[in-house]
Amino acid sequence: MSDVSLMVNGKRVSGAAEDRTLLVHFLRENLGLTGTHVGCDTSQCGACVVHVDGKAVKSCTMLAVQASGSTVLTIEGLANGADLHPVQAAFKEHHGLQCGFCTPGMIMTATDMIGRHPEGLDEATVRAELDGNICRCTGYHNIVKAILAASTTMKGSKGKAKQAA
Amino acid sequence: MYAVNYHRAASVADAAKLVKTGDAKLLSGGMTLIPAMKTRLAAPSDLVDLSRIAELQGVKVSGKTVTIGATTTHHAVANDEKLKKACPALAHLASLIGDPAVRHKGTIGGSIANNDPAADYPAALLALGATIITNKREIDADKFFKGLFETSLKEGEIVTAVTFTAPAKAAYEKFRNPASRYAIVGVFVAKGKDGVSVAVTGAGDDGVFRSKEIEAALAKNFAASALEGVKVPAKNLMTDIHASADYRANLIAVMAKRAVAAANA
Repeated sequence: MSDVSLMVNGKRVSGAAEDRTLLVHFLRENLGLTGTHVGCDTSQCGACVVHVDGKAVKSCTMLAVQASGSTVLTIEGLANGADLHPVQAAFKEHHGLQCGFCTPGMIMTATDMIGRHPEGLDEATVRAELDGNICRCTGYHNIVKAILAASTTMKGSKGKAKQAA
Repeated sequence: MYAVNYHRAASVADAAKLVKTGDAKLLSGGMTLIPAMKTRLAAPSDLVDLSRIAELQGVKVSGKTVTIGATTTHHAVANDEKLKKACPALAHLASLIGDPAVRHKGTIGGSIANNDPAADYPAALLALGATIITNKREIDADKFFKGLFETSLKEGEIVTAVTFTAPAKAAYEKFRNPASRYAIVGVFVAKGKDGVSVAVTGAGDDGVFRSKEIEAALAKNFAASALEGVKVPAKNLMTDIHASADYRANLIAVMAKRAVAAANA
């Protein structure tokens, strides 16, 4: 057992966990943040993507204790109260989801991707960057559309989007 | 995953002590080790986390000499501005590993210590004639990579960095498995002061290797056209559900041609 201490969505949290506890299980079971999903459990599908110290990572492939001391952002931390984050709003607007299971990971990957490409995104880059996120419903078209739209919106209101991300 | 005890090393010396605990394993990015532990293919009693040791991180370029700390992530290698100038082929290679989330965690030291026969970095380090620096000694790349998941690292020995002289020309071309994103065939070509070297990953029965046939043809003329008609023997190449040995042999020549064209571009 180890003490795991994290800053999650702006709140300091801590708790004891077995060393083998994966970050995703710590988030879901200890903290009740069930927005982060476990899809494949083999590091391929990306449903579990969260940001650790500002970088998108697969939380099913990291121990909670490895992350101890880090800042974590999950899907629950994106919106500002009732105001959706621009990426969430774009997924809603462009119907970037059907069953919704992959969506938290898609959105966390998208916000990371947009942050790393302040110059803007094109379709080929978005598709290549989605390598690690699998969706079995949409065929990806509307996800790509949503990310491109959000990228444009966030470029237009850089300061605000940066704060929200 | 079986129960495990986690230790966070504060320094290389600290890690060297901690790794003597029980049946401990070194943990860097964890992109192979943690999935292996989840499926119980690996079951270390202890994990020694190297990822917070500052002295193991970062890319240094001084003149033609490039040194990359063992826990430098693929993302950091792919985006390092100095490296992109000194050896753009290696930065490009790093950008082709896994997916963005994997590149944020996975490290060069972890990749080479694991020596997966389809990993990308071993091909680069072998072709670049790199030196692998550990907490005990320096090892030439051609002595380091021993076979499938096998290296010349001794029990508890820790890779701290890799270093090489930037080549005049180099490129990496990868025919990747679209699902796993590992190389079905990856070819790294480098032309430096010691001549041309060509290393192949993803294809060898015994892991990464240098292709003598392609090196001989390119030594005479470093051009894609020099590889017309060059046959790579299928002997000692892998056959699996993705590709036969014959198919891989052909792919090696094709990827080598593309790599030479890219290196000359």
